[in-house]
Amino acid sequence: MISQFLPHVVSERRCMIAALLLSLGMTTTVYASQTADTVTAQEFVDLQEGDSPHAGYRRAHAKGVCITGEFRANGNLSDIVTTPLFAPGVTPFTGRYSIAGGNPYAPDLSSPVRSLALNFALSSPNQWRIAMNTPPVMAVTNPHDFYQQIVAIKKGPEAVKAFFKDHPESKDFMTWRASYSPAGSFSGETYHSLNAFYLHDKQGNQQAVRWKMVPASAAPFDETEGPDALQERLAQQLDAAPVVYDWVFTLAGADDDENNPAVKWPASREQRVAGQIVITDWQPQLEGNCHSLNFDPLVLPNGISATEDPILRARSAAYAESYRRRAREALAGALEGERDGE
Amino acid sequence: MENNNRFPLAMRLLHWAMAALIISMLLAGLAMVRSLEPWQLTILTAHKAFGLLAFVLVILRIAIRMKSQTLPLPSSLSRVQKRGAIASHYVLYALMVAMPVSGYLMQYVAARPVEIFGLFTLPASLTADIESYGLFREIHGYLAIAFIAMILLHISAALHHHFVRKDSVLKSML
Ligand code: HEM
Ligand code: HEM
Repeated sequence: MISQFLPHVVSERRCMIAALLLSLGMTTTVYASQTADTVTAQEFVDLQEGDSPHAGYRRAHAKGVCITGEFRANGNLSDIVTTPLFAPGVTPFTGRYSIAGGNPYAPDLSSPVRSLALNFALSSPNQWRIAMNTPPVMAVTNPHDFYQQIVAIKKGPEAVKAFFKDHPESKDFMTWRASYSPAGSFSGETYHSLNAFYLHDKQGNQQAVRWKMVPASAAPFDETEGPDALQERLAQQLDAAPVVYDWVFTLAGADDDENNPAVKWPASREQRVAGQIVITDWQPQLEGNCHSLNFDPLVLPNGISATEDPILRARSAAYAESYRRRAREALAGALEGERDGE
Repeated sequence: MENNNRFPLAMRLLHWAMAALIISMLLAGLAMVRSLEPWQLTILTAHKAFGLLAFVLVILRIAIRMKSQTLPLPSSLSRVQKRGAIASHYVLYALMVAMPVSGYLMQYVAARPVEIFGLFTLPASLTADIESYGLFREIHGYLAIAFIAMILLHISAALHHHFVRKDSVLKSML
C-alpha cells in the first residue's frame, strides 16, 4: 500500500484524483493559449486553397515535378555537424521543383516564387526533408502576419501596398524583391532555406545556420513558352547534362537573431560550401515518388534541430493539414485519371 | 482497509494513470493539429512519445487484467445491462490499443521517424505512401472521436452507479 508511506491525508485516492486534475489543468492551459486572434492551421490552409481547391493536390506549391539525384559532400561541415550526410561521400536524394500557388495547372512563368525541395532517406530512423524558396527572407516574422499578407495579395495591389506600409519589418524582403529578376529556368535560381536551423557538433555545441543552393552548372535550353515552360526547359537540360548547385551554408554571428526570418544576415558572415547537389533525372509529379511526400521542414536528421522561429514552427502543422486533405482525397480516388493527363 | 470489494492496487493505479494520460493525449491531440504556435512541435513530439508509453501501459494492463480476479458486476444489473457493461469495456481496451497503433502506422507510412524522449527513434518507411497515410490518419481521427464518446459514456455510467444506483462500482476502482 502506497498510503502506508504517506501522511494520512494523502490517500492514493487523492493522488489519483490530483494526477487527473493536473493533466486536465495542463491541457486547459494549452487551449487557453489559443486566443481568438491567432490563425489556426485549418484557417491558413483554407485561405491557401481558396474557394475551389484542387482535390488530391498540395494546397501550396501545387504544380511541380519530381527529381532525383545525389549530394556529393566534401566534408567542410564535419567539424560543426554530426550528421553523416556531411562526411565526404555521395548520398542519393529525391526531390521536387515547384512554383508557389495552389493551382496544379497554373502557367509556370506566372508564379513569383519558385521552389526546390529535397528528401534524404538516410536510414529508416533518420530522414531529412528540406523545402526552399527563391526569396532569402520572409516579409513578416510570424504566421499570423503571413496570413494577412496572403489576404492582401488576394485582394490586389492596393491592399499589398498598404500591407507593406504597415509592416516595416518587410524592408529586407522589399530590397531583395526590387533587385530580383526571375531566371529562365529552375536551374538558374538560387533557393534559400530562409528559416534558420541549428547544427550540433560532437561536443554538444550548436551553431545557427541558414543555407542556399547556388547554381553551379546547367546545360543551355530553348526559351519555349507555354504553360509548362519551366518543366520543358528542365527536361531539355537534363537530357544533356545534370543540373548542379553548390550547397552553401551561412553561419550566424553573435548578433544575428536566428528566430527572425525577415532579417538578412550581414554578407560578412562565414560561408561554407558543403558540397554539390547534382540533379540527374525528373519524373511527372504524379508518377515520381515526390507526390506522396510531405516536405515538412521539421523532419530533421540527428545533428540538426529547429530554431524557435515562429514561421518555421508554423510550417509543420500547416503542411500536415494540407497533407491530410490531399491524402484523404487521394484515398477517395481524386487523382484517378489525372495521371494520364499530366 | 484493503477489502475484496476493490480492484487490486496495480489495476487501480494503472486505471487512473492511463485515464489521465489518455485524456491529456486526446485534448493535446485535438489542440496541436489546429495550432500554428511555436509550442506545436514540442506538444507533437511529446504526443508521439507518450502515445508509445500509453501503448506499453495498455499491454501491461491487459496482461494484469487477464491474470487478476476481477470483481463481478452488481447482481442488481439485468443481463442486458451486464452485457452492455462488458462490451463497453472491450471497446475501451480496443481503442486503447488502436489509437497508438494507428498513430505509429500513420507516421511509418509517411516516412516520418518517431523520436521517443530523445532516447531512441522508431523506424519509418524509406518511401512515403500517401494513400496509406490517408487511411491511418483518418482512422486515428475517427477513433479519437469514438474514444471521447466512449469515455463520456464510461464516466456517466460510473456516476450513475454511484449516485443513482448507489452501488459499489465506482468505489471499487478508487
Ligand atoms: C508560415 C509559413 C508557411 C506556411 C503556412 C506554408 C504552407 C505550405 C503548405 C500548406 C504547403 C503544402 C504542403 C503539402 O501538402 O505537402 C507548402 C509547401 C511548400 N512550402 Fe511552404 N509554407 C510556409 C512557409 C514556407 C517557407 C518559409 C518556405 C521556404 C523557405 C516554404 C517552402 C515551401 C515549399 C518549397 C513547398 C513545396 C514542397 C514540395 O515540393 O512538396 N514555405 N507550404
Ligand atoms: C493513446 C494514444 C493516443 C491518443 C489518445 C491520440 C489522440 C490523438 C488525437 C485526438 C489527435 C487529433 C486527431 C484529429 O484532430 O483528427 C491526434 C493526432 C495525431 N497523433 Fe495521436 N494519439 C495517440 C497516440 C499516438 C501515437 C503513438 C502517435 C505516433 C507515434 C500519434 C501521432 C499523432 C499525430 C502525428 C497526429 C497529428 C496528425 C496530423 O498532423 O494531422 N498519436 N492523436
